[in-house]
Amino acid sequence: MAKFAIDKIKIEAIYSCVPSQKIKTSEYSLFSNYECLLFEKTTGIKERRVASKDLTCSDLCFKAAESLLTDLKIDREEIDVLIFVSQSPDYFLPATAIILQEKLGLAKNCMAFDINLGCSGYVYGLSVLSSLLKSGLKKGLLLAGDKSTISTSFNDKSTYPLFGDAGSATLLSFDKISEPMFFDLHSDGSGKDAIIIEYGHSRFPYNTFNDEEREYEPGIKRSRNHLALDGMKVFNFALKEVAKSIDECLQFAKNEKESVDFFVLHQANKLINDSVRKKMKLAEDKFPMSIDNFGNTSSASIPLTICTSLKNQIENKELTLLLSGFGVGLSWANVLLKMGPIPVKCIDYD
Amino acid sequence: MWDILGQEQLSNIKFVHLIMDIQELINHIEIEFDDLQKGPLYPDTSIREIEGWSSMHALLLIALIDNHYDVLLTGEELKNALTVQDIYEVISKRKA
Repeated sequence: MAKFAIDKIKIEAIYSCVPSQKIKTSEYSLFSNYECLLFEKTTGIKERRVASKDLTCSDLCFKAAESLLTDLKIDREEIDVLIFVSQSPDYFLPATAIILQEKLGLAKNCMAFDINLGCSGYVYGLSVLSSLLKSGLKKGLLLAGDKSTISTSFNDKSTYPLFGDAGSATLLSFDKISEPMFFDLHSDGSGKDAIIIEYGHSRFPYNTFNDEEREYEPGIKRSRNHLALDGMKVFNFALKEVAKSIDECLQFAKNEKESVDFFVLHQANKLINDSVRKKMKLAEDKFPMSIDNFGNTSSASIPLTICTSLKNQIENKELTLLLSGFGVGLSWANVLLKMGPIPVKCIDYD
Repeated sequence: MWDILGQEQLSNIKFVHLIMDIQELINHIEIEFDDLQKGPLYPDTSIREIEGWSSMHALLLIALIDNHYDVLLTGEELKNALTVQDIYEVISKRKA
């Protein structure tokens, strides 16, 4: 059972970076006016940020990390670990974290590696990085995000208007007086087909299985090189597992839901988060939101929500937060922690 | 009181109870889908034949049922339920 507590780790700062290009849901030409209104009502997405052709997720994470290290005047020699959490790496190989180690001017004795996770990735990344720091390292950078818009088909109404691009950088350090973080991590590979890009890796290499777009149902036309999303399965999974696992995490931490200042949920769909909130019988203002302006930004959604919707609170006082990521895998993860006051910032990539 | 009622009267009471419950479900659906509804919903109304019905409404309906009845319908169950009555029966069965 992957439930564990890690103490003596401090989150020092969180920066996010988004492309400057804004695309409104109402600009999607395949939606009728009615479909657009219904989509906005259900998902909450009114606008999202979309990276240009040449801009990658690692570029967004690099800018977030570079600004963070500069603003906080961090000695780069002190960064012992860099983890890049993403499903849109720069290359098939080498790992993008290693490229970022060099670009950020980090030491060669800094360990760097990628974690291939999406919506649950930020919490998973925090758990791995915290464990490593607890073993005697000084500081670590968690870079998390995705350029999801590269993998969606314009002709697929179930994916194209959902995703936005974003990167993030979180600085963690060993700190003798920090209170424990309580983690609760899950996986269920039986749901692998619920969110999948079938072609392009070892099972079906891109060059031998290049695929034409075909219509799966009205409004859903894509190739197998594109992201496929079974919205109903994902929705059912989230309603079944998220509230239950948050409760389990709180029980493990021997904490009541009333002691949590904010529940920062992955921003997949407003209807999912509203349903989780209603199940938990909590007020709307306990669940900050960023999906309205940024869409589903995969593993960057939790740090991006903290940098935008919780900026005033987290910069001025310590907060008790429950972070919850869930999605592709299927994979879901929660952590209860204390954070703040810390600097946070959301930067536009010009 | 129950033991002095005949079998027929008892089933009538159960029937009335059923109608009242299904009316509650109908009310919830009508409020949620006020943008779609052109007229009143009936137990035998076919959900997918409502003009403008889409996969988004299916998600909204699953969320509504989960919220009001604490029953999480699968995509398969919803697919097999053609009418409001069918949906009501799935909920009743799952609640039993």
